[in-house]
Amino acid sequence: MEIPEELKKKWDEAVARYEEKRAALLPVLRLSQDHFGYISAEVEEAVAHYMGTTPVHIREVVTFYELFHTKPVGKNNIQFCHTLACNLNGCEPLIKQLKEKIGIKEGETSSDGKYSFSRAECLGACEMAPMMKINKDIYGPLDKDKLNEIIENL
Amino acid sequence: MTEKLITKYLELTDANKIDVFESKDGYSRIQKVLKELKPEEVVDEVKKSNLRGLGGAGFSTGMKWSFIPKDGKKPVYLVCNCDEAEPGTFKDRHIVTSTPHLLLEGMMIAAFAVNAHKAYIFIRGEYERPYERLAKAVEEAYAKGYLGKNIFGSGYDLDIVVHQGAGAYICGEESALLEALEGKKGWPRLKPPFPAVVGLFGCPTVINNVETLSYLPLVMQGGADWFSKLAGEEKSGGTRLFCVSGHVNKPGIYELPVDTTLRSLIYDHAGGIRGGKQLKAVVPGGISAPILSAEEIDVKMDFDSLRAAGTMAGSGGVMVMDEDTNMVEALMVASRFFAHESCGQCSPCREGSAWLYKIVKRINEGEGRVEDLDSMLSIAGNISGTTICALGDAAAMPVTSYIKKFRSDFEDYISDCHLPVETQS
Repeated sequence: MEIPEELKKKWDEAVARYEEKRAALLPVLRLSQDHFGYISAEVEEAVAHYMGTTPVHIREVVTFYELFHTKPVGKNNIQFCHTLACNLNGCEPLIKQLKEKIGIKEGETSSDGKYSFSRAECLGACEMAPMMKINKDIYGPLDKDKLNEIIENL
Repeated sequence: MTEKLITKYLELTDANKIDVFESKDGYSRIQKVLKELKPEEVVDEVKKSNLRGLGGAGFSTGMKWSFIPKDGKKPVYLVCNCDEAEPGTFKDRHIVTSTPHLLLEGMMIAAFAVNAHKAYIFIRGEYERPYERLAKAVEEAYAKGYLGKNIFGSGYDLDIVVHQGAGAYICGEESALLEALEGKKGWPRLKPPFPAVVGLFGCPTVINNVETLSYLPLVMQGGADWFSKLAGEEKSGGTRLFCVSGHVNKPGIYELPVDTTLRSLIYDHAGGIRGGKQLKAVVPGGISAPILSAEEIDVKMDFDSLRAAGTMAGSGGVMVMDEDTNMVEALMVASRFFAHESCGQCSPCREGSAWLYKIVKRINEGEGRVEDLDSMLSIAGNISGTTICALGDAAAMPVTSYIKKFRSDFEDYISDCHLPVETQS
């Protein structure tokens, strides 16, 4: 596939920061995902070609890390933390409430593309438990009403 | 009231901005170091301060630096570990968000001490707003000439690059972090060789945690003697940031001398147990740390005292559980975490963590059998010490300690769920 010049330029800038080109792989993949929304097999091939490595190496890296998507995600990507501090503070009823509200199950994207939902392991904000992350921002401590309000304002 | 070191900056409004940071001694410590000290004098001072690795290992920071070969044949790298992902821990997020320049100043001191001219900050992929703050701080430092060539007119060059991870707990393990930084999946490396000898790009590398590095300007300012004596347990250094969460009235970060007791941390600082309830258990150092029962909280929070109590200080993540906590569910959550985060390289951890989760999940769902508990202890025993990195042990420790200390909770849960149908009310 053809990689747009502006993205290619960002790749080059990322590579320039490192002693060895291979080190720029995570940034290059992140830039690609920011651009295309997810990392398709075609993007993997283009990245492999650019980085001078094999598509299988790119696939290995893409599937190892949690934050790379291999299919499109919703406009609001909701990750709800369910690890210990959030569990102790009652995340489970809130997760149930969220799923009912947006009408999708874990790992799904709503048909209108508005929401994606997944459970997340500790997001490093236990003082705000129970908490969730929507795109780049974190929200907590949540309760029934706050959760409703945040989702309704999306 | 105890002395506020990092907290002084965390509480300062707009301390993320370089001018505000500089108005409170910011970047004065590195200038003094560059002007007055030789690298080996910095290493000695940090050794004397007993500053320990606050990412979780608790190893002497100055000692770690001294393992870097002095022959100068290869470039030396400094890597800051900001892959904060140990459940219960959130201090590094606050440092990079609220006072990123303190970290940068600390990195300058560390880089100078080990003669590194290039440093990387590996920040976990989920920390997106913190990353933006950090990237902005690096930009500000370059704009003022504090990074790049000839910093502060000293003739010393230093570049810092911020590198975003992509979501994997394992990358907090330092050799997995290096793999990720080299563009690979984060599989821990066999050691030896240790990163101090063969690290990033095959070169000598020092990897230090955000909090450890952020203490360096303060240690250099106050002196090693002063810092080490902030706590009664001098071998553990002075203070650290404790992250308190769970069933407490005031969850948050508390910077305290390391000889503070767990009881004092929970009751005097974090406001005690919510709703006036009784304490049941505490995880004292991140989810990997063996759990303590309510009777064991008079222990001091330094690395050595907690080790002697059969647990660990780890990352300083203290998770508090009240009397109503279901220990089966809590262990299920911990085991789910490790099953999800096992990188898959070593069979004992990959298979063992998955089985532990399957069994405890079944117990939690009411299908437990009494023999499950011994099976779990046996599986945990077969993971301990049989894996390349410490994460295998981390997966095993909660299982062993929860079942040992709260066995009757598990047994009651299993037997209650197996009451014959006709006797259930």
